[in-house]
Amino acid sequence: MTAFLEVSGLKAFYGQTQALYDVGFALEKGGITTLLGANGAGKTTTLRAICNMVRAEGRISFDGQPIVGRPTESVVRLGVAHVPEGRGTFTTMTVDENLRIAAYTRGRSAKADVQQDLDMVFEYFPRLKERMQQQAGTLSGGEQQMLAVSRALMLRPRLMLLDEPSFGLAPLIVQEIFRILRRINEESKVSMLLVEQNAALALDLADHAYVLETGRVVMAGPSADVKNDENVRKSYLGY
Amino acid sequence: MTTASPADTAAHESVATPVSTSVTSGASDRWAWGLVAVGIIIPLLGYVVPDIVSDYRLFLMSTMMIYAIAVLGLNLLTGFNGQISLGHGAFYGVGAYTAAILMDKVGMPYWTLLPIVAVVCFVIGFLFGLPALRLEGIYLALATFALALAVPQMLKYRWLEDLTGGVQGIVLLKPEPPFGLPLSEDQWLYYYCLIVMVILYWAAANLLRGRSGRAMMAIRDHSMAASTMGIDVARYKTITFGISAAYTGVAGALSASAIAFVAPDSFGFFLSISLLIGLVVGGVASLAGSVIGGIFTVLVQNSSQSLSNFVKSDLGLPFDLSPYSVYGILLIVLMYVMPTGIAGGVAIAWRRLRR
Repeated sequence: MTAFLEVSGLKAFYGQTQALYDVGFALEKGGITTLLGANGAGKTTTLRAICNMVRAEGRISFDGQPIVGRPTESVVRLGVAHVPEGRGTFTTMTVDENLRIAAYTRGRSAKADVQQDLDMVFEYFPRLKERMQQQAGTLSGGEQQMLAVSRALMLRPRLMLLDEPSFGLAPLIVQEIFRILRRINEESKVSMLLVEQNAALALDLADHAYVLETGRVVMAGPSADVKNDENVRKSYLGY
Repeated sequence: MTTASPADTAAHESVATPVSTSVTSGASDRWAWGLVAVGIIIPLLGYVVPDIVSDYRLFLMSTMMIYAIAVLGLNLLTGFNGQISLGHGAFYGVGAYTAAILMDKVGMPYWTLLPIVAVVCFVIGFLFGLPALRLEGIYLALATFALALAVPQMLKYRWLEDLTGGVQGIVLLKPEPPFGLPLSEDQWLYYYCLIVMVILYWAAANLLRGRSGRAMMAIRDHSMAASTMGIDVARYKTITFGISAAYTGVAGALSASAIAFVAPDSFGFFLSISLLIGLVVGGVASLAGSVIGGIFTVLVQNSSQSLSNFVKSDLGLPFDLSPYSVYGILLIVLMYVMPTGIAGGVAIAWRRLRR
């Protein structure tokens, strides 16, 4: 049986610079997999390669379909939602407009559906509902991260790529967001590929973990095993 | 890889802060139609107070509307889509010349031209938008700058002289009122420009209100995130370039009719800069701001001289300011007083008043 998302022999390049050498991993349907590693290990690049935002070679298959070389917007239409690093807020637009942008792919005749999905999103993030008409650039970092996740949800994804959702946020907010991510995974059956600096949190949320080092996978396994590995503990968990 | 993405920082360094993205609401719709009504009435006042509403003033107002259309085109590209252009004077010139050649060489009547000019300029803008996809920020500014420099020179080429009239340009006829309407040429020109502007304004407002408009603005705010929302960024950017060029080209065609003359040196770099100034002074990413920008551009160009005379003779101040100094000082003051353009400044003032 092939996995939901399967990556093998992935290489990626920024111009002349090679960032990934040999990345391979698999993600089960409905599962949460995390990619760990130090700065510059290639975590973000891996997510970008899946969405074809960097030049990539190798094999990536999503739900049985090869997606290397497919334009970003076409990968998105297959059901892959990328929550980019730095949140990618449309700063001058309102929260409402930010969320409606995500319904772009559905065409014009989906108003009722969109409202239904908005309601679902507000159930996860009630705070956004209060901020509906506020300019998104004026939201706090945590709220912008919530908006980024919500916007991805509005795409009705089957797979979410989360690039450091904890970045630059207060610990309490981070915990809240991770709690909601778990709920989304359980209730909406969205598979997740999570890139995180905060290894402890990521290992708690994910069922499988891969450790990257300078563009290669150096370790893989169920989260519990990875967590107990002495090297991982020393390098990424800090005890 | 935890550095902030370039797109992220670029968003904060864009030309100027957009006023606001909510384009038009019901209330401002009513305002807009009210203004259109005023616009229709103005020339009729000429019969009551002929000294105030002279043909010359109507002609000036026509050129304001023409500039407004050109700035509106630039705003679609720069204000709403985030692609800067220092070369829109070139599209204006191409539009003017296309119209002039079709009238002069082919003998087509002026009122059939605008759709053709729009298509021609759309295609040219679209084609220019393709290589522009690889350029952002100052690099795109430089490429469009080159366009602004090159086009007037190309219009002077000897092997094009039969068509373009070389440095001499082409002399045209002023549009005559149709159906034997009892209007003067300038009155008719005014109405003609008004009709075109209202249609184009309305079209732009509709475009921006819908999902295409949201997609354009999303690309401006964060193009990478826009692509993760399923938006085909390249397609939108090139089409926006085409539409923008078409708007500005139509303005150029109107100006050819209005002035009844085209010459290469009217479409130099200064025109491109004037349009950009109109955009920033009026209001980036504001449709109403584009109209204000058009009015401003013409007003300042025409009144700098008299303003400088006013300072020297009437106020008796010992300044001998050239018209350009007046223009420059006005710009600096405006940028300080209303950093988001006149449209933005008015919006802020209005909000304070209502509080």
